Amino acid sequence: MRKVMGYIAGALALAAIWELAAIALGSPALPRPSAAVPAFVRLLPGLWPHGLRSFARVLVAMLIGTVLAVPLGLVVGRSARIDAVLAPIIFITYPIPKVVFLPILLVLLGLGNAPKVALIALIVFFQVLVTARDGARAVPEGTVLSVRSLGAGRFDVMRHVVFPAALPELFTALRISSGTAVAVLFFAESIAGTEGLGWFIVDAWGRIDYPSMFAGIISMALMGVVIYEGLDALEAWLTRWRRV
Amino acid sequence: MDVRGQHDIAASAPAGTGAGAPVGATATTFADAVPTPVLAFSDASFVYAGVGRQVEALSGLTFSVAPGESVAVIGPSGCGKSTMLLLAAGLLRPTHGGVQAHGAEVSAPSLGTALILQEHGLLPWKTVEDNAGLGLLIRGASRKHAREQVREALVHLGLGDFVRAYPGELSGGMRQRVGLARAVALNAGLLLMDEPLSALDALTREDVQNTLLKLWIQRGHAQVLVTHSIEEAVFLGRRIIVMSARPGSVCAVVENPDMGEPGYRQSPTFFEACGRLRVLLAAARRHLAEGQQPAGSQQPAEQGAVS
Repeated sequence: MRKVMGYIAGALALAAIWELAAIALGSPALPRPSAAVPAFVRLLPGLWPHGLRSFARVLVAMLIGTVLAVPLGLVVGRSARIDAVLAPIIFITYPIPKVVFLPILLVLLGLGNAPKVALIALIVFFQVLVTARDGARAVPEGTVLSVRSLGAGRFDVMRHVVFPAALPELFTALRISSGTAVAVLFFAESIAGTEGLGWFIVDAWGRIDYPSMFAGIISMALMGVVIYEGLDALEAWLTRWRRV
Repeated sequence: MDVRGQHDIAASAPAGTGAGAPVGATATTFADAVPTPVLAFSDASFVYAGVGRQVEALSGLTFSVAPGESVAVIGPSGCGKSTMLLLAAGLLRPTHGGVQAHGAEVSAPSLGTALILQEHGLLPWKTVEDNAGLGLLIRGASRKHAREQVREALVHLGLGDFVRAYPGELSGGMRQRVGLARAVALNAGLLLMDEPLSALDALTREDVQNTLLKLWIQRGHAQVLVTHSIEEAVFLGRRIIVMSARPGSVCAVVENPDMGEPGYRQSPTFFEACGRLRVLLAAARRHLAEGQQPAGSQQPAEQGAVS
């Protein structure tokens, strides 16, 4: 309840700042919330399929990126030999802005969902991979020894020690990458395709329909909140031991 | 108080002989009288290979532990006590010499051996019952079966109301009891403990010491307790092994046959044993300060019943 009240208070504060900025600028490019919010409500029946499409793209991409990155990162972090081989490759490729691969992905995968999902998955993959590797390396050796003394093999150590120990850091990485993912989604959807919130926003911009454009922006913000809160709830459930 | 096997143990490891005899002592003279040890170090050495240098943690370590025996190991910081336990638990392999447990060379963690560490022993993301049952789970039991198995041990150790709690919700003493419950659930014949009580306050420490003693008397397992505390070594060690500074080896062996007697902690023999052990530790330190070899590497270790 406190969280909901916080969101309401935050939204009201933002609306007040937005209203003041719109009045001060007096530009049609920044409509007042009193125009944008009714536009959002009015356009909702046509907006939600775009929102759902964007949401599904982000969700699937984050899932793919995470599922691939977590096991690899944990293995790399716990094996000096594998780390010696893969860490240089990771360090060379990690700083490259993955968005530069969008043209290649569009050529290879077409204009549909695949290149957008692949691009976001790539971004999430690297952020989670690096965090998983660091998380696995940070597990105290004493903890590993105590479990190994029970007869645990590598898989048991990963399952009972390394993965749960790295979970809080993994969720931090996911939260950070979710912001990047939504930003990249907007970019990818605005360049190719005719669906998604990114396309909706750019299309409204092209038609100089600023209230509609802001209705899309509000939708994107709401999607970000849903993803963020979803990750928060999942983390709270999976790492409930941290709250004691 | 029924002090299990007290007289048998004292007889099996008489002064200057028996399972605890270091290199050069006359242990073999009584070999026939000594049961097959549950743990035996034979001239074991261990060298940690670091970046650009090597550290010899143990050198020529020789002693053994009989079934059902309670042995305390004490020595200066960094003398290799923890390394010795890791070798016994099969988590390290000796650089030279051998380590045998349950009659076989130790090459990996064994089903018959349980290890309790000072810290990191419990996983904070697992509940008390899941922590205690982890060994059973790893050894193939179902989660339900493991929980059922540990429930009795947890109730016995006063943790019956905390089975669903996380380690973060428990006091230090309770956490150590969960570690004990894990070892009890495994029904291991050899319990290795690496300073398990060092982080506890004095009263809790005494409480858990009493629990350890009670468990040892009831269950009949052999145990090796590594400790920095002279009082703890005397309270829980039927035989006390004093180790030299690095590279660690057996410096002296003290028989302590009154250990486990009712009221032992308040008895004159307890304080006498503590005093004697204190002198031995100081002597080991003095030898080192004078740049001499540790006593154990020069001559047969000093041995003898304290009381």
